[in-house]
Amino acid sequence: MKHTISVLVENHAGVLSHISGLFGRRGFNIESLAVGVTEDKAVSRMTIVADGDERTIEQIEKQLNKLIDVIKVRVFAEGEVISRELALIKVTATQSQRAEVMNILKVMDARVVDLSKNTLTAEICAESGRVDQTVELLRPYKIKEVARTGTVALQKSGDGDNALNLD
Amino acid sequence: MVRSLEAEGVTTVFGYPGAAICPFYDSLAGSSIHHVLVRQEQHAGHAASGWARACGGVGVCVATSGPGALNLMTAIATAYMDSIPLVAITGQVSSELLGRDSFQEADITGACVSFTKHRYLVNDARTLPRIFKEAFYLASTGRKGPVLIDVPIDVQRASLDFEYPEKASLRSYNPNVKGHAVQIRRALEALEAAERPLICAGGGVFGAGAERTLLDFAERGNIPVITTMMGLGAMPSEHPLFMGMLGMFGSRCSNRALAECDTLLIAGARVGDRAMSTPELLARDKTVIHIDIDPAEIGKNMGASIPIVGDLALVLGQIYEGMSPMRHDDWLSSLNRWRSEESAESAARRDENSFEPVSFVRALTSAMPEGGILVADVGQNQLWSAAGFSVRHGRFLTSGGMGTMGYSLPAAIGAKLARPEKTVAAICGDGALQMEMCELATMVQERAAVKYVVMRNSCLGMIREIQDKSYGGRHTAIELDGLPDIGKLAAAYGLPYMRISENSETPAGVKFLLETEGPAVLECVVPPETATAGGRFKGGSAR
Repeated sequence: MKHTISVLVENHAGVLSHISGLFGRRGFNIESLAVGVTEDKAVSRMTIVADGDERTIEQIEKQLNKLIDVIKVRVFAEGEVISRELALIKVTATQSQRAEVMNILKVMDARVVDLSKNTLTAEICAESGRVDQTVELLRPYKIKEVARTGTVALQKSGDGDNALNLD
Repeated sequence: MVRSLEAEGVTTVFGYPGAAICPFYDSLAGSSIHHVLVRQEQHAGHAASGWARACGGVGVCVATSGPGALNLMTAIATAYMDSIPLVAITGQVSSELLGRDSFQEADITGACVSFTKHRYLVNDARTLPRIFKEAFYLASTGRKGPVLIDVPIDVQRASLDFEYPEKASLRSYNPNVKGHAVQIRRALEALEAAERPLICAGGGVFGAGAERTLLDFAERGNIPVITTMMGLGAMPSEHPLFMGMLGMFGSRCSNRALAECDTLLIAGARVGDRAMSTPELLARDKTVIHIDIDPAEIGKNMGASIPIVGDLALVLGQIYEGMSPMRHDDWLSSLNRWRSEESAESAARRDENSFEPVSFVRALTSAMPEGGILVADVGQNQLWSAAGFSVRHGRFLTSGGMGTMGYSLPAAIGAKLARPEKTVAAICGDGALQMEMCELATMVQERAAVKYVVMRNSCLGMIREIQDKSYGGRHTAIELDGLPDIGKLAAAYGLPYMRISENSETPAGVKFLLETEGPAVLECVVPPETATAGGRFKGGSAR
């Protein structure tokens, strides 16, 4: 089962490699990993999407908690979080195909951010399932390149506070 | 750095200098801290480990950048696997040369990520006092372990206004120490309901200083105790409730107890594969109470019905408070029957003629004064030592988790320097001897009175055994031709020496070791075909 793990870490050198290394060493599979600074400059948030049974996820949580640079770990099941992923997708689109591609993009709530004679680059920001779907829909038009950020997520409001609250 | 060590009350450090750590050594000269010069950096780590285990403090080891730090790495990983508190200090190339593949540069903080509790690459001298305070705090609290401080030479040379912080505070690190009240109550209920309870004690007993609490606990509850190899010595060997060591090389009685108990209390043990090869199968029909200071150990290898995170001495004390005296007469009498059957069988198998390592270890450890320390190396000698270890009160030190050959002599030197009043013996095979024999010089230089026993069978005995059992008896790369004359070797270092090769000589050998003033070397000639005690190598299981 897919879980979203939100990890607040000290913004120290080497923390990212330490955490990604931990997943590799212990045989945990990472689906995606995104890092960025939080409202506190000294703290970064890593959002990790990992696949595993309950026991594996529990081990991941405990092993993360053991690291001295890890301040807080929260594990969320699907549905407990607001999650978004940004993707840039460059496809081949000749003038005759352009309208079709634009139609797909419109339906998927994506937009065009770059255009040339034979290519078109789209941007989509959505839940990662929807990003997957968009990529699939564009595949017939020969995708040249895709760049995805990995999922970032915050807990839905109302059922608990996921603000930094470090003390 | 030296003043930080002084502020931590450090009296002894183990190390080997090199260019990138020279500023530190220069300051050490003016300090009251005693520096022990080992002969290879790895041994500095093992000696610090022996020191820490013998006196319960934090061991400190020092090496230079690059090769020095890399040699030290094996010892750091060894300490990590066995949760031994160490602070390892390494020199590093100058800050402006970092990352340029400079002379003797190695990314040691990067290399040690997966087997240190924490590590620091210091980039500002002003942070040194805080970092040292944190390092000692981290190494010695919670689940203990090694912490690495890597200091570039320019940082070592910088000057600062020294002020040592009174306490370390890390917002991300607050080890739990007391057990959760609800879990304590559940554990108590489970133990009271049990008909066949069993305690499995591990190295965590020593980490928490819980030997006395464990004994009181077992006695009040009349609960039999088995230990892992790391837990040997947690209970007096001849105690009626002690049923021996478990695992692949443990006693049959303890393994049977483990299989047949209905309630298992795991106390500071991590259920390693050599101790319990099929934990899930074992746990299926019992209530498992697992106490550990490290939450990640609980449920990692074996599911626990009642997990309790906390300091073992405190948690056992909490359960003990609520516990009324119990009896488990039927259970204990079956266990005692199994135990005496097993010892009768092994007595019947005894061959009076050739030398028997297990009987020797039993004779040596029973003759050692109370509180003696036995350091075993790795291989057959380790398992013979574990099987024969027999003390009322004492310690068994070995590289349990990592199985690092060449641990025994440096660790014994560290232990002896920490506790000069104790009898310290080291047992190794002739393989490990040749990995660690350079430390005989350190032993002589430090006048460390280690009683050094070499089990000589002229081959790598355990590998030979594995090749016999699992590889069709094809012997590859196990013969130790070229083994030096151990008598001449001892003489070269000016050490008293004796050689024995029969059981009848065991008393004389023990007497020689224990009555010789200062260090002594005993060579025991073991027939190469002597098997490992209780060894149950199955095809493929001896990885």
